[in-house]
Amino acid sequence: METREFTCIGCPLGCSLKVTLNNGEVTEVTGNTCPNGDKYARKECTNPTRIVTSSVRVKGGKIAMVSCKTKEDIPKRLIFDVAHALENVVMDAPVAIGDVVLSNVCETGVDVIATKSVEAR
Amino acid sequence: MKYDLVIVGGGPAGLAAAIAAKDNGIDSILIIERDRELGGILNQCIHNGFGLHTFKEELTGPEYASRFISQVKERGIEYKLNTMVMDIANDKTVTAMNSEDGMFTIEAKAVVLAMGCRERSRGALNIPGYRPAGIFSAGTAQRLVNIEGYMPGRRVVILGSGDIGLIMARRMTLEGAKVLAVAELMPYSGGLKRNIVQCLDDFDIPLYLSHTVVDIEGKERVEGITIAEVGPDRKPIPGSEIHYDCDTLLLSCGLLPENELSKTAGVELSPITSGPIVNDSLETNIEGVFACGNVLHVHDLVDFVSQEATNAGKNAAKYILEGHPAAAKELEILPVDGVRYTVPRYIRPEVMDDTLTVRFRVGQVFKNCAIATYFGDQLISKRKRPVMAPGEMEQVILKKSQLAEYPDITNITIKIEEA
Repeated sequence: METREFTCIGCPLGCSLKVTLNNGEVTEVTGNTCPNGDKYARKECTNPTRIVTSSVRVKGGKIAMVSCKTKEDIPKRLIFDVAHALENVVMDAPVAIGDVVLSNVCETGVDVIATKSVEAR
Repeated sequence: MKYDLVIVGGGPAGLAAAIAAKDNGIDSILIIERDRELGGILNQCIHNGFGLHTFKEELTGPEYASRFISQVKERGIEYKLNTMVMDIANDKTVTAMNSEDGMFTIEAKAVVLAMGCRERSRGALNIPGYRPAGIFSAGTAQRLVNIEGYMPGRRVVILGSGDIGLIMARRMTLEGAKVLAVAELMPYSGGLKRNIVQCLDDFDIPLYLSHTVVDIEGKERVEGITIAEVGPDRKPIPGSEIHYDCDTLLLSCGLLPENELSKTAGVELSPITSGPIVNDSLETNIEGVFACGNVLHVHDLVDFVSQEATNAGKNAAKYILEGHPAAAKELEILPVDGVRYTVPRYIRPEVMDDTLTVRFRVGQVFKNCAIATYFGDQLISKRKRPVMAPGEMEQVILKKSQLAEYPDITNITIKIEEA
């Protein structure tokens, strides 16, 4: 038996959630005031994911950086790996919103795409 | 130069106001923006979470901005970049300057104020200690990292738990910095729960509530920061000090509407919001001068800025096309018992739209309470809220038809009551 604690992000109430696990299986969620809290706690325990956003350098652009994001959620444990993978990426201007910055980042099957257009200088 | 409508500021508020004015029959519009691109502060807010209300999806700041920028461009609305408005006269003559046109004046029939807000600076916070390099507002650091491509420092302490500070705690961490702590003077955070979890908890960054910075060390560059717990009087408690060796202090201690132009124009400001006092059409005390977005009152979500600015643009168009309605009865909305202010402050039941969204903030955290609305002494509605916090805006929707049933009242009261 293992217990883990979370703060629910569903609403400003911010319920303190307590999850009981048995061999990695969620057996009980307490502290939530609504079903969203239960769902959130189970996801955070079994398969937590995040969108990662960053910005990378642009060569020959009107501005120095272009913002980007993982097109979909990636596993939470890979946040730093994704950040590292983007460290030395340089795009050539012009960049259009939606352009692929890095495909299949960290073998997740998810592309990192530009969230802004940058015109050439 | 002559334009029907001049919009001061090309951020989310200015863009939405321009689009609405154009769609409501005004062709002669000029947006004036001091930065090198439209979109305002959204351009540096590269994180996601914007637009859930407006677009039913989570966008990043630049993506949210681009949807409005494209609409402005599709409509052929004119804008000037790198242009600073120097003065707005109360006859709606706008004086501006840039390096191409020099100084120039525009005669406008109506003006929308959409200048946004700025961050509270170190000088306004009275933090003791030296004045070395390495002290930034969180927003300045955000611009440096996300747009200019510079890292402000490597070991960071953040004062204030506003959303920008929380977002920058995560951003600096992902860029390889060590964020040692976030200190918040109040016993609660001013930021969204979601940001506390995803920007601090995810990275094991400690948040110290009821703590403040009591010393900044270093002569050339920040070398250390000392924080201490504060008592209920917000004075530091001796013996509670924690010292950090660090090179950077970020400040995320609140936002202030930027109303220097409004003041010289003679616009009456609220001492609570630091923004203009407006009526139901978001018009200030100067006829034909409207305000929206963070220059009016600091918002929590950009979606609400866009909604408010759409109304301001629509109302400015109506004013240009139809002139001012004949003097109508004006009711004051009184904020009491936990409600700090309301926007708008005045409402004209005879000329208002069918519904009016009144937005406000509460002064403290309320649990299991209700928002009560009174027409005169008569309780009209009571809406239960499990939790309300100063960091999040609340709202009440008033109906014209309902107000018409109470022709004799002289004011409306909005307050927080026990549920």
